[in-house]
Amino acid sequence: MSEANTKPIDAQYYKLLEELQMVDFGLLELSLYLNTHPNDMKAIQQLNQWSEQRHKIAQQYELDYGPLLQFGHSYSKFPWQWIESPWPWQV
Amino acid sequence: MWLYEKKLQYPVRVSKCDPRMAKLLLEQYGGADGELAAALRYLNQRYSIPDKVIGLLTDIGTEEFAHLEMIATMVYKLTKDATIEQIKAAGLSEIYAQHDRALFYTNAGGVPFTAAYIQAKGDPLADLYEDIAAEEKARATYQWLIDLTDDVDLQDSLKFLREREIVHSLRFREAVEIIKADWNTKKVY
Repeated sequence: MSEANTKPIDAQYYKLLEELQMVDFGLLELSLYLNTHPNDMKAIQQLNQWSEQRHKIAQQYELDYGPLLQFGHSYSKFPWQWIESPWPWQV
Repeated sequence: MWLYEKKLQYPVRVSKCDPRMAKLLLEQYGGADGELAAALRYLNQRYSIPDKVIGLLTDIGTEEFAHLEMIATMVYKLTKDATIEQIKAAGLSEIYAQHDRALFYTNAGGVPFTAAYIQAKGDPLADLYEDIAAEEKARATYQWLIDLTDDVDLQDSLKFLREREIVHSLRFREAVEIIKADWNTKKVY
């Protein structure tokens, strides 16, 4: 990675990223399941609960390591953070 | 529309530089049962499938792009530090001559990706059975790829992808039952 604008990553980065990947995996599984079991009330409640938790983890991740989403779905500090390395395949 | 999320669906780690394995992984990048074919197949079928199944095709089609990014990451990490000698030894000279280290949509044998890999029959059951078969074929390929490497880090990511094929297959089987049930209900009236 020779790019000038590279954000240093630490052990905490991998820990937070993994937390996010874990909760997102649960949400993905529940979502696909609900697409074929739309009347499972408990699954919907669990999804809504995890969704709230996801929001908190993502917020912390973005505060420390920059935006996950583009086009105004994430906030940016100065200078514009979206273009900062590392990209997902570089870590 | 779509949004890109700046993270992988599941971590991809490799424990060594292995251009030979990178070449084999291309089967899941631009091959007939690969992730690109899967994503394009499901997202394209959405426009002629009954409404009850559109959400499922949208979400699984979208997840396939996350898998495509994981495969690309594997290929990138396995080849980025390779010397010319290692590239030659791995049988990648032909690829290197044309593409350097750029990724290109081919299967493991170097055959370029083609739209002919993607079926769209318009018949909901025919399309869903095609999707189930595609998932099962991809699951089998992931098993062969796991067998072809001794890199435990790479195997971990490949096992994750193999399991996803099983879940997708299951969801498509449920979609078949939903459509059948719907047709049976309609016959009553």
